[in-house]
Amino acid sequence: MHDFEQETRWSQARRQFLKTSGMGLGAAALGALLPQNSHARTGGALPATHRKPRAKSVIFLFMAGAPSQIDLFDYKPGLEKRFREPLPPSVSMGQRVTAMTRGKEQLVAPSMFRFQRQGENGIWMSELLPHLSKVADDLCIVKTLNTNAINHDPAKTFLCTGSEIPGRPSMGAWLSYGLGTMNRDLPEFVVLNSAYWTGGTRNVQGLYSRLWGSGPLPSRHQGVKFQTSGDPVLFLSNPDGVDREVRRRMLDTVGTVNRKHFGEIGDPEIETTIAQQEMAFRMQASVPELTDVEGEPEAILDLYGPEVRKTGSFARNCLLARRMVERGVRFVQLFHRGWDHHTILPKQLPGQCFDIDQPSAALIRDLKQRGLLEDTLIVFAGEFGRTAYCQGTLERDNYGRDHHPRCFSGWLAGGGIRGGIDYGRTDDFSYNVVENSVPVRDLHATLLHQLGIDHERLTFPFQGLDQRLTGVEPARVVEDILA
Amino acid sequence: MPSIRFFAPFLAATCLLAGQARAADIQFNRDIRPLLSDRCFHCHGPDEHERKADLRLDRAEGPEGAYEAAIVPGSAESSEVWARITSDDPDEVMPPPDGHKKPLTESEKGLVKQWIESGAPYEDFWAFVPPAKPDLSGKPDSVGAIDALVRRRLEAEGLSPAESADRRTLIRRVTLDLTGLPPTREEIAAFLADDSEDAWATVVDRLLDSPHFGEHVGRYWLDVVRFADTNGIHHDHYRELSPYRDWVIRAFNGNLPYDQFIRDNLAGDLLPKPTTDQLVASGFHRLHLIIDRGTALPEESFTRNVLDRVESVGTAFLGLTVQCAVCHDHKYDPITMRDYYSLFAFFNNFDGEPETGGRAGTDFRRGLQPPYISLADEKEEARLAELTRAADAADAEVAGLKKQLEAVQGDPEKRKSLTASLKQAEQKAKAARSARDDYEVTLPAAMVMKERAEPRPAHLLIRGAYDNPGEEVGRNTPAFLPPLETKSDLPTRLDLAAWFTDPEHPLTARVTVNRFWQQLFGVGLVRTSEDFGAQGEWPSHPELLDYLATRFIETGWDVKALFREIVQSETYRQSSIGSPDDYARDPDNRMLSRGSRFRVDAEMIRDQVLASSGLLNPELYGKSVKPPQPEGLWKSVALPSSYPREFIPDEGDKIHRRSVYTFWKRGLPPPQMTIFNAPTREACTARRERTNTPLQALVLLNETEYLKAARHLAQAQLSRADAGDSVEILQAIHETITAQLPDEEESEAFLDLLADLETLYRERPAEAAELCAGVTVPANRTPAELAAWTLLTSAIYNLDVTRNRP
Repeated sequence: MHDFEQETRWSQARRQFLKTSGMGLGAAALGALLPQNSHARTGGALPATHRKPRAKSVIFLFMAGAPSQIDLFDYKPGLEKRFREPLPPSVSMGQRVTAMTRGKEQLVAPSMFRFQRQGENGIWMSELLPHLSKVADDLCIVKTLNTNAINHDPAKTFLCTGSEIPGRPSMGAWLSYGLGTMNRDLPEFVVLNSAYWTGGTRNVQGLYSRLWGSGPLPSRHQGVKFQTSGDPVLFLSNPDGVDREVRRRMLDTVGTVNRKHFGEIGDPEIETTIAQQEMAFRMQASVPELTDVEGEPEAILDLYGPEVRKTGSFARNCLLARRMVERGVRFVQLFHRGWDHHTILPKQLPGQCFDIDQPSAALIRDLKQRGLLEDTLIVFAGEFGRTAYCQGTLERDNYGRDHHPRCFSGWLAGGGIRGGIDYGRTDDFSYNVVENSVPVRDLHATLLHQLGIDHERLTFPFQGLDQRLTGVEPARVVEDILA
Repeated sequence: MPSIRFFAPFLAATCLLAGQARAADIQFNRDIRPLLSDRCFHCHGPDEHERKADLRLDRAEGPEGAYEAAIVPGSAESSEVWARITSDDPDEVMPPPDGHKKPLTESEKGLVKQWIESGAPYEDFWAFVPPAKPDLSGKPDSVGAIDALVRRRLEAEGLSPAESADRRTLIRRVTLDLTGLPPTREEIAAFLADDSEDAWATVVDRLLDSPHFGEHVGRYWLDVVRFADTNGIHHDHYRELSPYRDWVIRAFNGNLPYDQFIRDNLAGDLLPKPTTDQLVASGFHRLHLIIDRGTALPEESFTRNVLDRVESVGTAFLGLTVQCAVCHDHKYDPITMRDYYSLFAFFNNFDGEPETGGRAGTDFRRGLQPPYISLADEKEEARLAELTRAADAADAEVAGLKKQLEAVQGDPEKRKSLTASLKQAEQKAKAARSARDDYEVTLPAAMVMKERAEPRPAHLLIRGAYDNPGEEVGRNTPAFLPPLETKSDLPTRLDLAAWFTDPEHPLTARVTVNRFWQQLFGVGLVRTSEDFGAQGEWPSHPELLDYLATRFIETGWDVKALFREIVQSETYRQSSIGSPDDYARDPDNRMLSRGSRFRVDAEMIRDQVLASSGLLNPELYGKSVKPPQPEGLWKSVALPSSYPREFIPDEGDKIHRRSVYTFWKRGLPPPQMTIFNAPTREACTARRERTNTPLQALVLLNETEYLKAARHLAQAQLSRADAGDSVEILQAIHETITAQLPDEEESEAFLDLLADLETLYRERPAEAAELCAGVTVPANRTPAELAAWTLLTSAIYNLDVTRNRP
């Protein structure tokens, strides 16, 4: 399968150009003459967005492992007096559990953390999130997210791709495919994983490249995972003993001979190869420029907190996410692991919150002061929530929580989302949704909507179906939270 | 132009097909069924639960059939279908505007009209009727069957075949296609010098006899069955399956008849007195993804494994998306849920755990999970037995001393000495046990399929939920395909294998020869090689597909004979040179009016670098190896307790083994491979994508092993006693990599580059030294020269012609 309509069109333009200009130009000169086209892929599959977009970019802060909504966002003061009581069967309704707590007693574990009203509208937030509390007026906390899967792997795959079955396109891949690129030197979809986290080394699962994969979409839409050590993009640096001048000189000859071969063989793929080699050369400059934060003022670094000075921290990745959005990257997905607090949650949750609280608040402030928040949708969510009942030892200040798919909390900010609100209501145990359910597919539909896309009209034929991010069940845009 | 289907080649092919339809008579299967399937079958097709208005358009007859109310053969004006698809009323028009189906285009409507006017003839779906030998009468003896059938289509299109490619192109093409490796200079010279009539046949036979044939052709099968070295879920632990890979390679090298290949995969364990090979082959059923114990529910994992097995059978042998019928009747193909779970019933009787076990014992370290068979030879078994005896004896000594110690009361001196002896014995026992275990871990073993003595009942699972069983179903094959024959009350996987390989089976041979064709031409005769159903693509050359399928069966499923016949054809040997217009009109060469040109697979990119540079370690078979990859990749996705967690590269010539032996972690396969579209092996893949991206350019430019290979080749050529001048050295390197000699213009460009690089490196002695670090600079050469030649060689590796099969 060769490449795309856009490239074919570009090839024609290129051919016209070559016809009129002769073949003798160096590749550098050619690149300079065709700056718009040299990226070879500006357009997306959608000829135009379906509506006026409210956001251009998305930063998705994925809290892998599932943070406890009861200890962070979904305040349940009533549980205090139900300490160690069994979860009423009228609440659990025989719902399936994991192998870890199957057949065990389900005893209520109230959160030991204090909650306070924050922002103009007084939304409840945990003491573990002091910095986010200060930007509460920019947050839309959704308390009624819910998912289908109860184990990490399928639930992560579901949140990232809209399907529990491995191998479907991820959110960023869909956007790259639908909307194309906004920049000429960087990928449309970048993935940044935290290299470390504070809240315990054990409460963590694996990640899989399918979470940022392109599934049946052309693989150029897959997320490019930036590395936290070594080359930020794999194989980006010239090998030892090869500098940029040598590389340029070599590429000029490669380009010359490739162009000669194109003239002889006629296969337009050869032109694509030339274009991609030039793009690679430009990335060798643009990516280090992107990841080099030396030039950031002290005040900005301080905003993101002390960890921003360490490569691979969540804080550094938040700063990089801002720099990417500034440079026209469409979708940036951060993965922060370590939230799977089956036991000793009170000991391990504060460290996790330390990792993410100040940096994600800083990201909002930083984007806002640059006027970018209105064009950038930030989403913060895990793959599911955690149970009101305890797993393992239960004390007032020592408990654990198992996986809970029926409701969990996340937040959105910027990108045309109403700030300063919380949305949806769960029951007294943060166990079932009572009002305004937001299944993951609705989150996906809303995300696409903010980028100007009707989720039912961004499709790709595969296995006999027109596949879409929101799958086959009905999905709706959560209009109530739109600004 | 449909906005979403953006593959330009796809569009071009569609136009070609539509063009043909206008030129010739309308054929239901080719021209009409795809339209009805895509726009109508969802609500008016095989799935009775979704069926609207009691109308099904996939059938002509019957109470709900099209002729009952919707279509009046011969008159579009009187047909409801025509009224609906042309209606202006949004409440009337079909497909409904809110149904997410694209409206029919004017030319599509025209086809429907023409078809109804001509009597609306239905046809049985082409892929579900047995392949028939095409009529070749009138074909001159001098023209082969393949060429004759290809030319029929070319003539219909007003096209003519291309000239034969030149010999250098041909030997590079066929060597890459049959072995995955480039030809050596000696092989090129021999072919150029052979002016006998059977020069080509000699080359082809040599390649078919090469042990690299099995490595290369087997690799495609390993994609189909998603072969890998880890579980693929949760911890993504190590899983030892390499004996299965070895068997696949041996099977292709030994030209095991393909019907037996299918049988051994499906049911090797059920054969009377199965050979070790047949048992290893049944490991086919162990290649699915599998979770380790601890988080999921075992009964759910069990179901998931069986579903995965059925999917692999569906992709590999049926070429149908059977998995669509897990939760509901198939929307487009006549596969009901009952059909699905009747197939499921063949594979749910596995005698083993549905999740991989804990860390205790040696199985975990060996990546094994019962049932498995030992592949250790006699000597190894004897050695293991000896070590086991020693460990048992040491344990016995410990037990004895413990007993003595218990018996001795009130004799402190004796107790003290016994305690000391016990401590010593315990250390010895521990050492003996680890010596035994460490040895056992090195021994080969293969996971196999095994049936439970008491067959497990199978149920239709409502909406595919493992915990929502519906009615019980027996083992059977889909009702729309030929009936299953069985000798016993309970059909077995052996019966299923016999059913698949029955010459009357409409799918097995077609699906197989199509994948082989795809390997040789870049695209299958049916482009959707994973889907031969209604939503798949109509074959570009239906008669050719049937010819190959029937021929394959006739020759006793002889794989090498099939490859030989295809590559001997003139169609295969055509030149791939075309005008830009030729490429624009038919980018993927579906019409076969020229030779196909396409970028080689990830493994071939790397293997070609290794082979041409002289670094390739051609050793066959064995456990997977870990050539270097960028640091920290596994760690960034693994769990702290994943096994293995950190990537530790192999050393020595192990890192230069062919890529088919590369360790494949499903959670994060080697980036040198995935960047070039190698699948993760998490799902069965019958066809790879083929993209062209900047990340690929970065790999070829900067991968340090690839640069070392370039340096190795440059150094070797510079060191030759008969090296000659720069032109000759350039020619040697260029020919080694591309099989072609550079012409004058190219030579000049490369020698200019060489001169400039030498100047650059003379000015940069430190960089030249870095580039030459660890190798001997050839006598009479400077580091700057070796550096320049290395970069020149790398430049040739980066040419588009090097990435491509010509």
